[in-house]
Amino acid sequence: MSELVLAAFAAETGRHVVDEPREHRFQRFRRGFDEAAFRASLAARGLQFIGRSEGLYPATLRELHDPPPGLFLRGGGAVELLGRRSVAIVGARACSSYGSQVARLLGRELASAGLVVISGLARGIDGEAHRGALEAGGQTIAVLGCGIDRDYPAAHAQLAGRVGESGLVVSEYAPGVEPAPWRFPARNRIIAGLAAATVVVEARERSGSLITADFALEAGREVFAVPGEITSALSAGTNALLRLGATPLTSAADVLEVLGIELASVAPPVFAEDPARVLGALTRESAGVDGLVRQTGLDAAAVATALAELELVGAVAEADGLYRAVRPQG
Amino acid sequence: MLARTVTHALVGLDARRVEVEAHLQLGVPAFAIVGLADRACQEAKERVRSGIASAELEWPVRRITVNLAPAELRKEGSGFDLPIALAVLAASRQVPPEALSGHAAVGELALDGRLRPVGGVLASAEGARQAGLSRLLCAAECGAEAALAGIQPVPVHHLAEAVAYLRGEWQPPPPDELVCASPNGSEPAVPDLADVRGQERARRALELAAAGGHNLLLAGPPGTGKTMLARRLPGILPRLPPEEALEVTRIHSVAGLLPPGRPLVSVPPFRAPHHTASVASIVGGGSSPRPGEASLAHRGVLFLDELAEFPRNALEALRQPLEDGAISIARVGGRIVFPARFQLVGTMNLCPCGARGDPAAECSCSAGRLASYRDKLSRALLDRFDLVVTVPRPRARELDGAPGERSDAVRERVTGARHRARGEPLRRSTAANELLSRAVERLPLSARGRARVARVARTIALLASADEVGTEHVAEALSYRSPTELGTP
Repeated sequence: MSELVLAAFAAETGRHVVDEPREHRFQRFRRGFDEAAFRASLAARGLQFIGRSEGLYPATLRELHDPPPGLFLRGGGAVELLGRRSVAIVGARACSSYGSQVARLLGRELASAGLVVISGLARGIDGEAHRGALEAGGQTIAVLGCGIDRDYPAAHAQLAGRVGESGLVVSEYAPGVEPAPWRFPARNRIIAGLAAATVVVEARERSGSLITADFALEAGREVFAVPGEITSALSAGTNALLRLGATPLTSAADVLEVLGIELASVAPPVFAEDPARVLGALTRESAGVDGLVRQTGLDAAAVATALAELELVGAVAEADGLYRAVRPQG
Repeated sequence: MLARTVTHALVGLDARRVEVEAHLQLGVPAFAIVGLADRACQEAKERVRSGIASAELEWPVRRITVNLAPAELRKEGSGFDLPIALAVLAASRQVPPEALSGHAAVGELALDGRLRPVGGVLASAEGARQAGLSRLLCAAECGAEAALAGIQPVPVHHLAEAVAYLRGEWQPPPPDELVCASPNGSEPAVPDLADVRGQERARRALELAAAGGHNLLLAGPPGTGKTMLARRLPGILPRLPPEEALEVTRIHSVAGLLPPGRPLVSVPPFRAPHHTASVASIVGGGSSPRPGEASLAHRGVLFLDELAEFPRNALEALRQPLEDGAISIARVGGRIVFPARFQLVGTMNLCPCGARGDPAAECSCSAGRLASYRDKLSRALLDRFDLVVTVPRPRARELDGAPGERSDAVRERVTGARHRARGEPLRRSTAANELLSRAVERLPLSARGRARVARVARTIALLASADEVGTEHVAEALSYRSPTELGTP
């Protein structure tokens, strides 16, 4: 008997089930459970299930003290993707533009270095990390805190589809399980468990991302935190992690170094005079167009032209009217 | 005894000929108005009776029937007072009936016999001219307006003056004098762009919007001068050419919005309905349809402050005029088309709490609340904004700058660009085409977004008096595309 019955029982009772429950109710359920029919209905919906006892079940996940009984999968990526070396990028849902740009950059650069990017499909940092990985043509895994057939949040249904094109959407919950607040910390243990390293981009105090970091530490994985402004509530969690000894992340190369991956050095792009001047101003301080006009002495039209050129090569990004340099300097 | 006068009823912006027939019979003295007259028109009885008495004329002691023909056309408003009074006077032979031929009349009577101006005189005058009538009797305030239609107005202050004219005892001043007498030279005060300090980005976008007639969306935290900037757009738009000015005047006249003494609207109108406005007040409507704010902004600017606060159906209703430049209102009695070729300028905050984009404040909106705020604007509507500018809060030192350029100087450049736009269409250089293709690949930019960027790039090139659309023009245009977080890639 595979672990599928555990997942089905958990869905039936709305509980979190890791080990075989010792109760009559479960025994009764097991006797009435038709595994073949359940598997057929999964296959009909393009879903897969791998149990804890199967060979394809990721070894990294087994190291957790309460590994999920099995994982439901959907998407075009191979199941082996779960065993590939991967990095989790997690953070606040209501993030700042700085946070979302860092998440996107990390997603892009780590994916193009060949790592699988894992996150939770949530709004904010999670979504940006997935998008960054997809932008680089890399593979990414989204771990859900609800039934595998649900897209949560609904706004990210399209993103889930794109993740599934080449990657995987994963959940320990059978189809039909509703998202509930207590399921997300459980989801976070899978994110931390699958990844060789976890990066926390922005987190408030007592945030779910810190729970992910705790799980990663517990499993003996590397935890990185992106330093933020000490005055911002959005950085309180990450800065606290740093104080407790997390590795500060200053560029994607920090992660690659710890994982022992050589990063092919890329020569910094060379810009014409105006864009170079604008980029120079932006590396000192993020600014709006008007601020740049004052700092560079160029007119509004010339600054806009330079910014568009910089944006096209991914050197700057705009959010809410403020432009900032995207690449870490130095 | 029977007498007739001619007047006009408004259907939308068109004037339909209405014959006012007055018949006096022997019998119990009475006064009846027939011919589908509305309440205001029925009340003409009392005004006409008092007006005639005040003009020291005689109210015929007869059974008086006034018919407004054609009887199936609904007549509304108080403009029928003067023609009814004249018909009654002609029927009782107090003015010679034959003197009324070749004349149309429109105007409301006061109880003391004075004439009050009414809306839609320009449309009435045009209707009279097309019907081959040569003169229009109207209130003195409306004389200049009627003269715009190319008809000879007979502006009168009092019913007694009209009677004196028809008896041949008084002549109206020649029409040239009328037009000159109206102080058309003094334009209404439009706020000047020189009042705006800093804000180079938004000023540039405003200039581009004026030069290319693009719709403009200003986004940013409260207090960054979005509204102040938008209100200065009419000042940098070129003055309306005569035929367009006449179109605008016709609409404003029907709505009764013409300022006294300044009949011709030559400055592009600026309409700023509040966000509590109903759908009908924005696109027009009513049982007998009247022009809404969108039509009043024809050839000018429709300014929607706090765009996301407008009811969604009001915004969606604007999509038809944005596409076709006209609003058609269908009623049981027929379909009425109001022109509405306006330039849309909107402002919005970046989030419901307003702190987003402000470096000094931290936004407290939840992700869901933010998403629902931005969902209020449909993609279809956002797609209509060629220029989207996010205005961050200026830092204190940016406000210390010298006063900005004056509106006149900007308007000169805008007029030049519009003039050049009428010439040979500009071509894009090969390098510019390559840049545009690269942008579509690299940035979240849809095919529609690409077309918007191309349009704006052309305007930038026209403003720069360039021979072709170059890479720098396309690059600048790219920076005005709507950001992904507002929903349209």
